[in-house]
Amino acid sequence: MAESVMKPPKKLLGPVAWMRMHLFSSWYNTLLTLVVGYLLVTSVGPTLNWLFLEADFKGSEPSDCTGAGACWLFISQRLNFFIYGFYPNELQWRVDVMYGLLALSFVPQFIENFPGRKWLGIFGMTGLPVVGYFLIPGGSFGLEAVDSAKWGGLMLTLIIAYIGIIASLPIGILLALGRRSDMPIIRGLCVVFIEVWRAVPLITVLFMASVMLPLFLPEGMNFEKLMRALIGITLWQSAYMAEVIRGGLQAIPRGQYEAADALGLGYWKKTGLIILPQALKMVIPGIVNTFIALFKDTTLVLIIGLFDILGTVQSTITDPAWQNVAVEGYVFVAFCFWVFCFGISRYSQNLERKLDTGHKT
Amino acid sequence: MMGNPMTETTQTPDNQQTAESRREPKIDIIRVEGMHKWYGDFHVLKDLNLTVKQGERIVICGPSGSGKSTFIRCINRLEEHQQGKIVVDDVELTDDVRQIDTVRREVGMVFQHFNLFPHLTVLENCCLSPIWVRKIPRKEAEASAMEYLERVKIPDQANKYPGQLSGGQQQRVAIARALCMKPKIMLFDEPTSALDPEMIKEVLDVMVELATSGMTMICVTHEMGFAKTVADRVIFMDGGEIVEEAPPQEFFSNPREPRTQKFLQQILHN
Repeated sequence: MAESVMKPPKKLLGPVAWMRMHLFSSWYNTLLTLVVGYLLVTSVGPTLNWLFLEADFKGSEPSDCTGAGACWLFISQRLNFFIYGFYPNELQWRVDVMYGLLALSFVPQFIENFPGRKWLGIFGMTGLPVVGYFLIPGGSFGLEAVDSAKWGGLMLTLIIAYIGIIASLPIGILLALGRRSDMPIIRGLCVVFIEVWRAVPLITVLFMASVMLPLFLPEGMNFEKLMRALIGITLWQSAYMAEVIRGGLQAIPRGQYEAADALGLGYWKKTGLIILPQALKMVIPGIVNTFIALFKDTTLVLIIGLFDILGTVQSTITDPAWQNVAVEGYVFVAFCFWVFCFGISRYSQNLERKLDTGHKT
Repeated sequence: MMGNPMTETTQTPDNQQTAESRREPKIDIIRVEGMHKWYGDFHVLKDLNLTVKQGERIVICGPSGSGKSTFIRCINRLEEHQQGKIVVDDVELTDDVRQIDTVRREVGMVFQHFNLFPHLTVLENCCLSPIWVRKIPRKEAEASAMEYLERVKIPDQANKYPGQLSGGQQQRVAIARALCMKPKIMLFDEPTSALDPEMIKEVLDVMVELATSGMTMICVTHEMGFAKTVADRVIFMDGGEIVEEAPPQEFFSNPREPRTQKFLQQILHN
């Protein structure tokens, strides 16, 4: 078989040849390589020293920190506060259950062929908030009530981000569909909603929610501060989401609408079975981008007096017992955010690959 | 596309006989009366009148921009008409959404650019509407879809995505998808115009087979060989009007209108 013998030419280079070609091909390339190499050597070493080699991991008192490297004791000693806020110690198992369920729902999404991962994912989107609604605040099923003012740390960050993400997607879809509706009233309302919310900074929304909203509400009707912040964040986020999704809707060729119409699918079936699956798939990168931005924006709740993970760390580094631990605190927060945001990002790439049928219309 | 081998092979006397006998006592399944359509101020369709009996095969031809596609798209309300009356299977097309949906259930359509759903497999494309609109159980719908895929000769592609198929295969899937709704009428909107030349025959063969089975068909096409073989009537449109309407033998051998003669001269030339 002559045609099977012919193979594309191989591009194989040894390490030396590779370096000569890519790092030292000319005098200025060589110079650049040396400068960058010098910077790497002088910065990576001390960073590693500070992070690990000279850092303090053992002990329990602030005095156990030598000061040569990072004082991770500060993190490990106050970890409970960073993770649960002021949630009472003896009730923290309820939060742990939620952490566990969260991990159980979403970690398997990264593992190909994990049994029932689709159902776990669906549970994570629908069942999880219901369980959390009863478990975290308590007050029913014989669970002791825990006021939302006591929630804090990572737990609060995740609650706000999760609810913002889960709730804004469907609202955003409806707004995007509404904005493209043939009905002038619905279209007008959606346009006004989107343009108003999108044009307002999140900080303003949060201030409005915590300070102004109670003034407008009738006497005796009042939500908790957290609830008000959640509603504000969700609506604000929905406006963004709507525009991302509208981008996808506009990219669907007219022929798809016509084919669905010709088959007698009504508006909702056409939208749900034909248009949205394609449009959402197309804008996964945009949706995830918005999710990640929201995840990080949750730190803004600090200004209305809610203690998310950044808030708990920030309030602790001013503790006179611990000196000079600000950098450790912020590195820890940055790491936590990176883990979650990177996870979301990887998952979206995973999803894009899985949903790719490889061909557009 | 004259001299298509299909022209000779499929025009058997047997075929013609069945077509003849089928024609007599049938009901009027489509009635178009005094229909006008405008795009803004532009008068696209002018006073169209057409009655199609059940089992009839109509071919509409004409130069591009003559309104022939717009015309058949009015029959399942992909386009709205502003004046006149369209009655399909005793249901008049008005603004009533339910009436429109009733008509669309009975009218299958095949598009120039296939318009398959790229996120669904071939089988899912075919089953979607039977399951969601006709409320047929999935098993049954799949079995019936496989039958139609066999009829268009691609049962082995059932689990592929449309993007993995050739143009001709995609168009045959599109035909199968429309047939899965068991429509009373099939509309074809230039089904072979977007195909590579070597794939036209496989699609036309399927359409011929469908025509001989007694399906009511309206085809907008430039395939004159197809028109000669299976059409009961050929309609020539120009400038938004029906210029001439005649059985194919008469239409091709003895066209009355100068515009028809000119058109035929032009397309038969190459």
